[in-house]
Amino acid sequence: MAAMTESDRKPSGPAAAALLSVGVGSLALGVFTFLAENVKSIGKALNWYHPAGNLTGKTGLAIILWLVLWVILGKAWQGKDVELGRIYTVTLVLITMGFLLTFPIVFQMRF
Amino acid sequence: MSLTVRETWTVIHGMVIGALFLVSFTGGLFGLLSLKPELITGEGTRKIVARLSNWMWTMAAIAWLTVITGTYVVYPWYRAADPSSPRSLLLANPATAEWHEFGMEWKEHVAWFAPLLATAAAYVVWYYGKQLVQEEKARKAAMVVFSLAFFAAAVAGIFGAFLNKAAPTR
Repeated sequence: MAAMTESDRKPSGPAAAALLSVGVGSLALGVFTFLAENVKSIGKALNWYHPAGNLTGKTGLAIILWLVLWVILGKAWQGKDVELGRIYTVTLVLITMGFLLTFPIVFQMRF
Repeated sequence: MSLTVRETWTVIHGMVIGALFLVSFTGGLFGLLSLKPELITGEGTRKIVARLSNWMWTMAAIAWLTVITGTYVVYPWYRAADPSSPRSLLLANPATAEWHEFGMEWKEHVAWFAPLLATAAAYVVWYYGKQLVQEEKARKAAMVVFSLAFFAAAVAGIFGAFLNKAAPTR
């Protein structure tokens, strides 16, 4: 394989933007799930399509947030190198929190 | 031998596209694991990475189709208010209520992680292209995020199968 020159090398910014935004999107899915279950008005507001209930709003809003953040970070980090290792660690923490908040025993807790 | 419209959609959602995502996972994971400088050399690199990228984008598309058909086609039948819906039947019996309270509640939410995570992993592979062979951190990140997508899909798939056995969508 021909050696890759420095000018051929792609910077890590766009990949980091994809990772961090999916981390935030995952956390958002968890937060919206938790809030929809525990705050009646939010649960009602997220009912975007009645036959499927507020699952549509929780997921829809998380997807919008994920995509908007991906575009913003993608533009901000275009052509730049960022510390991918650190972004990856933060992403994993955010995804884990998202997973936890969508676990029934967690989001069905009453406060 | 016949299937109702609802049964047909349930099969398409779970046993066709949902299962396709799960069985395709090992192909993607093996491809990512193989992208190491000591294992992959020469002009074939570009083709191998392009093939892997296409594989992962296809898997992401399959994950999106699975959750969209699940949420917007099958789920409304599952949760319908009438007493014969699967949700009503499960909740009517204390012995089966937990299938809904825990199983369906987890399944319907966790499934949505799969397309998000699979899309992000596919993007990282596509973005770097053959450079991914040299990018250990990015490769590892794509692999872990992709594996988490599989975990989410597997939880949803397993509970989907059990729920459809406990209270089929008809």
